[in-house]
Amino acid sequence: MKQFEGQTLSWELKDGVIELALHREPLNEISSLTLEELEKFVAVLGGLSHEAHALILYSSLKSGFCAGADLRELYQWIQEYGQSEVAKHAREYLERIHAVMNVLDMSPLTTIAAVHGVTFGGGFELALTCDLIIADKMARFCFPELRLGLIPGYGGIPRLKRDLGNAVVRDLLLTGRSFNSTKAQQIGLVSQVVSEGEALRAARATAMQMAKFDRTTAAAAKQFIKQLPLEELKREIDIFCDLISRPAVQAGLKKFVESTDAQPYLP
Amino acid sequence: METAEKTLDEILTLAAAHFKVPREKLFPDEDFFKALGIDSLQTLDLLTKLENHFRVELPDYELQGVTDFRALAAKIQARL
Repeated sequence: MKQFEGQTLSWELKDGVIELALHREPLNEISSLTLEELEKFVAVLGGLSHEAHALILYSSLKSGFCAGADLRELYQWIQEYGQSEVAKHAREYLERIHAVMNVLDMSPLTTIAAVHGVTFGGGFELALTCDLIIADKMARFCFPELRLGLIPGYGGIPRLKRDLGNAVVRDLLLTGRSFNSTKAQQIGLVSQVVSEGEALRAARATAMQMAKFDRTTAAAAKQFIKQLPLEELKREIDIFCDLISRPAVQAGLKKFVESTDAQPYLP
Repeated sequence: METAEKTLDEILTLAAAHFKVPREKLFPDEDFFKALGIDSLQTLDLLTKLENHFRVELPDYELQGVTDFRALAAKIQARL
């Protein structure tokens, strides 16, 4: 199989590059279905890797890369399972999504996230699995989870700490503020900032450059320089599950889901 | 350094162009959510446009409670 057309994402292997496009309206919120389709993708990624040198993740929606977890679905879980059972369900879900993120993170391919617009929460965490982030001028990055009484749960904190250090994590996490591509490049998060609408083109050009290199060497270089922060990833799941069963989280999610505020996305 | 009035004028011009609203229909003390017909995601777009244009960093929590162009201009002016 060299291509897949799903309801939330599609991918295709062409000329040695796998392009995975997110396309779930309105803003690629990561739902159970997204996770199932990501699991299907990582299940075949190992085989595809023999024919590819690069993987590009992007969004085909104009509105942005990804707004993060599907908070409406999360709220439904709390309603459905109750506060006593939701932690168990959340743990199972997080272990599945961590498994996907870890495969992407450790793929022998050189991976590129081409982002634009909103790159928030779980969407930011997905981009952080990639070796390079190429952003257009309108991209914004944010961890808004504290606003809901939670921490990011898809591995974002350990990965950002691994890549950039603790101070950057504290700023983003504890203020909940978003910042733009220019700032993201200044702190080393983003490797290239390009004009509006040009991130995918720049990612393809970068992937083409990578085709010149010996794959075994490129994979060895990546394996040498990039390791999984496994202990912290496990600890993140524990903390998230401790927090999610609290009434404050239910209240925060309810407020978001029922909000008619003009600024629900502003931290 | 730009004056407050020049900053305000540039914000109005930039917002009009980005959201395709006639410049002459935007007023300094007007609620920009209503005037531009924008939601929170589009507000983030506006924030990014303004940060790029003025080369400033404006934490979005500073926009809480800011609803008119003049107040927005004051927030930017304070960081120029």
